[in-house]
Amino acid sequence: MRDVAVVSFAQTPYKRRENTRSEVEMVMSVVAQAIADSGIPKREIGFTCSGSSDYIAGQAFAFVGAVDALGAWPPISESHVEMDGAWALYEAWVKIQCGMADAALAFAFGRSSMGTLPETLTMQLDPYTLAPLGVDAVGMAALQARAALDAGTVTEEAMAEVAVRSRRDAKANPEAQLKGDFEVEKLLAEPYWVSPLRKHDCPPISDGAAAVVIAADDVARRVHRNPAWIRAIDHRIEPHQPGIRNLTRSPSVTLAGQKTHADPAHLDVAELHAPFTHQELILRRALELGDGVRINPSGGALAANPMMVAGLARIGEAARQIWSGGARRALAHATQGHCLQQNLVCILEGN
Amino acid sequence: MAERCAVIGVGQTRHESKRIDVSQVGLVREAALRALEDADLTWKDIDALVIGKAPDLFEGVMMPELFLAEVLGGTGKPMLRVHTAGSVGGSTAIVAASLIEAGVHERVLTVAYEKQSESNAMWALSIRMPFQQALVAGAGGFFAPLIRSYMRRSGAPEDTGIRVALKDRINALKNPYAHLRFPNIDFDQIAESPMLWDPIRYLETCPSSDGACALVLSDQAGARRAPRPAWVHATAMRTEPTQFAGRDQVNPQAGKDCARDLYAKAGISNPRREIDCAEIYVPFSWFEPMWLENLGFAPEGEGWRMTYDGVTALDGDLPVNMSGGVLSSNPIGASGMLRFAEAANQVRGMAGEHQVDGARKALGHAYGGGSQYFSMWIVGDEPR
Amino acid sequence: MSDAPSVKSIITPTRLEYEFRVGGAHAEFLASLAEGKLIGKRCPGCEKVYFPARASCPRCGIAMSESVEVSDRGTVTTFCIVRVPSENIDLKLPYCAANILLDGSDLPLIALLQECEAQDVCIGMRVQAVWKPKSEWGPTFENIRYFRPSGEPDVAAEMLGAWI
Ligand SMILES: [Zn+2]
Repeated sequence: MRDVAVVSFAQTPYKRRENTRSEVEMVMSVVAQAIADSGIPKREIGFTCSGSSDYIAGQAFAFVGAVDALGAWPPISESHVEMDGAWALYEAWVKIQCGMADAALAFAFGRSSMGTLPETLTMQLDPYTLAPLGVDAVGMAALQARAALDAGTVTEEAMAEVAVRSRRDAKANPEAQLKGDFEVEKLLAEPYWVSPLRKHDCPPISDGAAAVVIAADDVARRVHRNPAWIRAIDHRIEPHQPGIRNLTRSPSVTLAGQKTHADPAHLDVAELHAPFTHQELILRRALELGDGVRINPSGGALAANPMMVAGLARIGEAARQIWSGGARRALAHATQGHCLQQNLVCILEGN
Repeated sequence: MAERCAVIGVGQTRHESKRIDVSQVGLVREAALRALEDADLTWKDIDALVIGKAPDLFEGVMMPELFLAEVLGGTGKPMLRVHTAGSVGGSTAIVAASLIEAGVHERVLTVAYEKQSESNAMWALSIRMPFQQALVAGAGGFFAPLIRSYMRRSGAPEDTGIRVALKDRINALKNPYAHLRFPNIDFDQIAESPMLWDPIRYLETCPSSDGACALVLSDQAGARRAPRPAWVHATAMRTEPTQFAGRDQVNPQAGKDCARDLYAKAGISNPRREIDCAEIYVPFSWFEPMWLENLGFAPEGEGWRMTYDGVTALDGDLPVNMSGGVLSSNPIGASGMLRFAEAANQVRGMAGEHQVDGARKALGHAYGGGSQYFSMWIVGDEPR
Repeated sequence: MSDAPSVKSIITPTRLEYEFRVGGAHAEFLASLAEGKLIGKRCPGCEKVYFPARASCPRCGIAMSESVEVSDRGTVTTFCIVRVPSENIDLKLPYCAANILLDGSDLPLIALLQECEAQDVCIGMRVQAVWKPKSEWGPTFENIRYFRPSGEPDVAAEMLGAWI
């Protein structure tokens, strides 16, 4: 395997409603910044891959327009996944492993605010047996939280602590959307939103875009003093039907962790893509992350949850921890689907 | 440096306008099980899954691969979902091949499908942003003017498109999976079929089908054990913007660059001589001569002569669209993969009645969007 | 086996509402349309003018800020005669959809061409916009009902160069 590293990361500030910029305008800004920051000339970016969703955009072929932000002339080698941008980065990493490129760009975008996100995500359920029930994304997450509470693997206090920590840490993240100081006792005194979830257990709805440049071997060493080397990357999916899953566990993230040899004893930081508070607790348990690993210094998805972008942003945020010297080894995680159905784990390491 | 990759299993469904006999689950399994059977493998032999499909609005399910992964043996495995407009079936196969070539996996199952009958695809495509200009002519209205430009540039005889359609429709009669099969098709029937988007006639257009295609790809070790592998010699993809000032939409640079890159990787210096047959994405008959030029099989303005001289017929010197092509079956998300699959089956000697004698090197081609997304591969009966 | 009839299909009506919002460049374009002006953008890289105004030059991938007014007259670069009904398009068949290069713009737009028999349309034909009455103008493309022949002499195909 070739050594491949994250060498730059750019993201928009995340907002509840991006009113003035279109997707193309958002993408143009993050792509231009990521390429400029990478120090790699645009013509040396040998592969580009994006992640987005037509249902988030509310129209078919929505990703085609994003090509206008790239300056794809002369024509470029390019692909698109209807997935979180973390998987676009994975495809780019595969292309570099094939020797088809030495540097690649992955980006993602979404303006969830144009639709009604929880209901849009109902469309992600099995169309024959689940979608007709009309359960929305928060309802599905609440089912999972209830199962975890009943199993005794999470508590409402621990969930509130996740919310408090995430939004406190987000104060240091200029691009985060929901941040501030909260107290566990006060949060627990709030009424339920979709029981057993309270509002603080849920992510904000966020608009935004992010871009990451990865590069191989000497290219990475040439442009970066301390590249965030991708030591391993793997992703796994679980069944879709909630009835045949144990929702209190995340066997797919455990498996991805094993495949990437994620050893908690050697990790300094983990950026977990956990849109709901109880999901962070499930993930920590599945990856056996103890107190020695700092969780989500960026504030995580509870501070900003741009659909299709948030997973890619976890990889970018973990890389930032490496570059700043805040961590020597970091784990980045991305998820998609209801109740953590599909999970990706990426291990980053500095020099 | 890259690991070698080969196609060791191919499967496809019967293509029809409405496959109401199966759900999306049944449709993708029909293709996948045939590919596994062809490869003499079972679900548990597969390391990873790559699923491709055109817009989610076509079935009315957001990211349907999330519910389909488990019925394709995907539980606990990596799964990727590709979407690159009309070229997606080709790009999906290329992503799957990359996983092998990168040395990440040994055996990958890739499936592409479309089941438009479960939603209203015309509706999905006609959603118009309120602030954009009204559509004036539907899909054919975008491509018909390009065809008119081509006719003017090349001076091609007006019946070129009819001749392409006739050839593809006759080829389709040899393909048991084809959607459109007109047993007694002749030149006059096509010539007299209604003009839809002048210069495009009804029988010169593709249908809209429900259908799926699946491939099992293997690394070198697995391919050596397979009785008839189709070795992937090269893959290439290119994208350019939909529109920009001065863009040649008739003979797009992205297609030319993609083909050039492909031939270079495959060690091909004279495609017209070295490639034995080609399965290319022709949704309107006139795109055959246009793509023949774009792909470097003919000089610019001369592609129609190959059609005219019978070069592209099944018994010609460079058979094109032996399966009947997109004109005969068009499950959009799978259409590109069907082209790649036909190329593979030709070099495996498994193309049935539409087999080209002695096909050893074949091209699979797909394109999408406003003639702006291209994906191609070259497969051969021997490793390169 | 139960006696109940087997279910072959179900219909699940779905309703999702979206509120589409334009970006900065398009907002300016729509505002000027309400005043009867056609605004494009010039790329600082390749210096081409894009109409309708858009955020970025697709070729160069950079933002465009300079606004340029283009003419409501132009030249047909190619066309098709539509003889089939399409969803959401309520026009008498056959009709002509033409790629029209407006004077001052470097990118043809696809628009409806009326007041002209199908067999008379040709590449190089000069055309002009037919606007709705001013009182009906809004921030929309629909201010222009369609294009019609302007009566000016045809432009020779050679003059259109790369456009055809
Ligand atoms: Zn430009």
